[in-house]
Amino acid sequence: MITVLALLASLLPAFGAAVTFAGGRDVRHVKFWSTAPVAAAFVLTLIVALDHGTGGTSVRGWTIGTAGDYSISVGARVSGLSALTAVLVAGVALCVQVFSASYLGGEPRYASYAALISLFTAAMLTVVYAPDLIVLLVGWEIMGACSYFLIGHYWEKPEARSASIKAFLMTKAGDVPFLFGIIALGVQAHSFQIFVVLQAAHNDVYDHPGWIAALLLCGVLGKSAQFPLHSWLPDAMAGPTPISALIHAATMVAAGIYVVALLYPIFALAPDVLIAMAVIAAITMCGAALCALAQTDVKKILAYSTVSQLAYMLGGLSVGGRSQAMYLLLVHGAFKALLFLAAGVVIHRVGSNELSAMGGLRFRMPITYGTMTIGLLALAGIPPFSGFFGKEGVLGAAFDASGEFAAPGKIVLTFGLITAGITAAYALRMWLGIFHGPFPDAPQEHEARVEAPQTELIPLILLAIPAAALGVVVLFGSDFSKALGGWYGESGSLLGSSAADLWPGGFTTLLSLLFALGFGTLVFLAWRRNPQADPAVTLLGPARGLLLNGFYFDRVIALALVRPTRAAARLVAYLDTNVLDAYVRGSGVGARGLGTMLRRLQTGSVQFYLTCLFLGVVIMAAVYAYVGTVS
Amino acid sequence: MSHGYLSPTGVEIAFVLVGLVTLGSGLLVVTVKNLVYAALWLIVCMGSIAVEYLLLSAELLAWIQVLIYGGAVIVLFLFGLMLTRAPIGPTEELNVRNRWPAAIVGLGAAGTLVTVVVQAYQHTWFDPRGAVSLGSAQALGGQLFKYWVLPFEVLSVLLLAALVGAIVLSRRGGALGAQAPNEEAEA
Amino acid sequence: MHAVYPLVLGALLFAIGLYGVLARRSAIAVLMAIELLLNAVTLNLVSFGAILRDQYGMGQIFTLFIITIAAAETGLGLAIVLLLYRQRATSDLGEQRELAEPVEPYDSDELLAVDEVEAGAAR
Repeated sequence: MITVLALLASLLPAFGAAVTFAGGRDVRHVKFWSTAPVAAAFVLTLIVALDHGTGGTSVRGWTIGTAGDYSISVGARVSGLSALTAVLVAGVALCVQVFSASYLGGEPRYASYAALISLFTAAMLTVVYAPDLIVLLVGWEIMGACSYFLIGHYWEKPEARSASIKAFLMTKAGDVPFLFGIIALGVQAHSFQIFVVLQAAHNDVYDHPGWIAALLLCGVLGKSAQFPLHSWLPDAMAGPTPISALIHAATMVAAGIYVVALLYPIFALAPDVLIAMAVIAAITMCGAALCALAQTDVKKILAYSTVSQLAYMLGGLSVGGRSQAMYLLLVHGAFKALLFLAAGVVIHRVGSNELSAMGGLRFRMPITYGTMTIGLLALAGIPPFSGFFGKEGVLGAAFDASGEFAAPGKIVLTFGLITAGITAAYALRMWLGIFHGPFPDAPQEHEARVEAPQTELIPLILLAIPAAALGVVVLFGSDFSKALGGWYGESGSLLGSSAADLWPGGFTTLLSLLFALGFGTLVFLAWRRNPQADPAVTLLGPARGLLLNGFYFDRVIALALVRPTRAAARLVAYLDTNVLDAYVRGSGVGARGLGTMLRRLQTGSVQFYLTCLFLGVVIMAAVYAYVGTVS
Repeated sequence: MSHGYLSPTGVEIAFVLVGLVTLGSGLLVVTVKNLVYAALWLIVCMGSIAVEYLLLSAELLAWIQVLIYGGAVIVLFLFGLMLTRAPIGPTEELNVRNRWPAAIVGLGAAGTLVTVVVQAYQHTWFDPRGAVSLGSAQALGGQLFKYWVLPFEVLSVLLLAALVGAIVLSRRGGALGAQAPNEEAEA
Repeated sequence: MHAVYPLVLGALLFAIGLYGVLARRSAIAVLMAIELLLNAVTLNLVSFGAILRDQYGMGQIFTLFIITIAAAETGLGLAIVLLLYRQRATSDLGEQRELAEPVEPYDSDELLAVDEVEAGAAR
């Protein structure tokens, strides 16, 4: 029964998208049809999650066709992992739709925007509830396509156009190995159904699990914006802010982490890939946090922060902390979406993205101030907010890691602690920069207390609740892990996952709080000295330029990939013109040459013509006589 | 009545000698640079062919050959030479650069024809005197007006057509009025 | 008499006449060579008439006809030569080039130039 509800939940937003696309531009019609199906889907996911409880996995599928020896089935697979993630997805999508109704409601292309968000939600729910790897892939790709359209929503701006293509290309660069990985999985397990694939990992059926895991990891790197496929996420901030909240904070980038958690038994068979994951996560979390500290655009700070937090999740997965990573995913979805939406409100108010144009909004926008503070505290990992428990869970798992997870554990622990400190630093910088300090001269600003409209505030408040309160789950001990289910989707067992208790361990907690307080104090002192200036300028010094441009990573890519590709294209064009076309032109030249030679026979002299004629006659006569006499 | 090649009869000897004269004068007709000399050598050629006819006992034909060719046709040529103001003296460019291809064609034709003829008629002999009765004026006239009357009449029509054609072509003015100012400019 | 003698003589005379038609430059010389061709043919006919001795006497009668036609043809031919001379002040056949096709020089750059013009227009 719950599988049918789950399937319905993933189909309803698609239906809503279709109706919105077909229905034209009537704004009220669009507003209704964009929010109502998503709200219904949210309710359904809640019912599914509550009904599932801590039970095992239930699958229902209908085979719709075959591809060679393999059958493809649609339906739903409800496990603890998918139920919880689906609630997150539907919840954030609903908040974003409600927020957008007033944020973008007056703009010309609101109808297509809302429809695409609904379609995106449907695709993400398909990924989450997929019973079959092929169906998962379909949802995965549709998400990529919707992301392309939505990032490029303001296609009048060239940076939006190039950002959407960049996002698409970079995720595709990861998706191609991902496809190969899925095909390898399906072929070796003789089926694409997820429970068969996981059982095959349990029974050690796979020939080279290391290669498969590496291929799958490529897709995850692309979709979840980890090094080296990370630079599309900051540029994707050229799209509307609610999009960043939905896609680039809570759902699409989380899909990569979700897939790793889903196919965890396969990754567990490949210790080399786990080390690689840990190294990549470590590089990404530190590098992105440093870049976030230097950015002046509020949305870019949040983008780099997302990359860094996703690296935390990836790091958690690489040390065997599957439950901890998924917990961090859920809370991160909540507080990051909150932060993005609040940032959107502030940006609308101030009329600019830059931190330098903001300041002193504490009393002018109190509700936004309150909710954003909650979100930033969760981000910085301050108890008792949920982000604290999420981060501590990952660090604890890294500390307690043993066996094949030991080496990744050390890497993740070291860099995780450093990053915790830097995270606190940039969160504090953002808080101080937006809400405290002197009030800059902005032409749109006035003294009166002008808060955002209600439809924008309600999602903020709704998201602030889990951001603040979700830490309470930890009080229930290891029940979250039980709800999440084991590696193979079975219920309640703690098979293979270590330290499933989310209660923070003592040693790592102390260290991380020390780091956070230390770095935070540095930022506060720098700010105090000169409230009007950017604290990052004094703290980072000469490194600021490097960090502001993201370690000039894009230039490296341009040098390594773009220039050779362009040179190759020029070479091909040259070959086409001068080698292939030379043959074509050569045939023309040859024909003309032949014609000219033949034209020389037309001398105009009748006697010459007659000579040729009689020559032919003589030859014919001679041949005829010879043949006639000899034979 | 067959005898070998190496013991020719008197007719054959005479035939060969006159044949040499024919060929020689023919060659001179086509190679000599002076057009008037060419015409004169043509008379010699025609004459020697008439002698050949006599040797083949075609009497009437021999005299008709001399009369018409030697008498009328050559005179026509000489008149043509005069009227077109052909150079009376020798001219260098009289043989065109088509010489060598034409020579090849001529030699090829000669080779082919001679080979075919010799191979076909190696074993054929005939007595030329046996046809004397057929060559006389009486015999020829009888044949002509017994079996060949119709072609004879048609031939006379053809001669009429040729006559009319020649007159029309060579008129000045009248039907050829467009040419009149042209030649007046030359004249 | 062996049949080969008159026939070979006729063949050689024909070849000489063919050479004359193809090689001589003056129109009247060409007409003279045509006479040689016709005479070779008549010689052939007469000798076959003597060899075969048919009841119709075709060899010699046909020769009579050919001589007549040759004479008429010579007359008309000379009339044409006269006309040619009147129009062009020459009876030189080598100079008559109306049938000629002029040979224009070409080179491959011409084709390349066309491609560039088209590419420039498309851009």
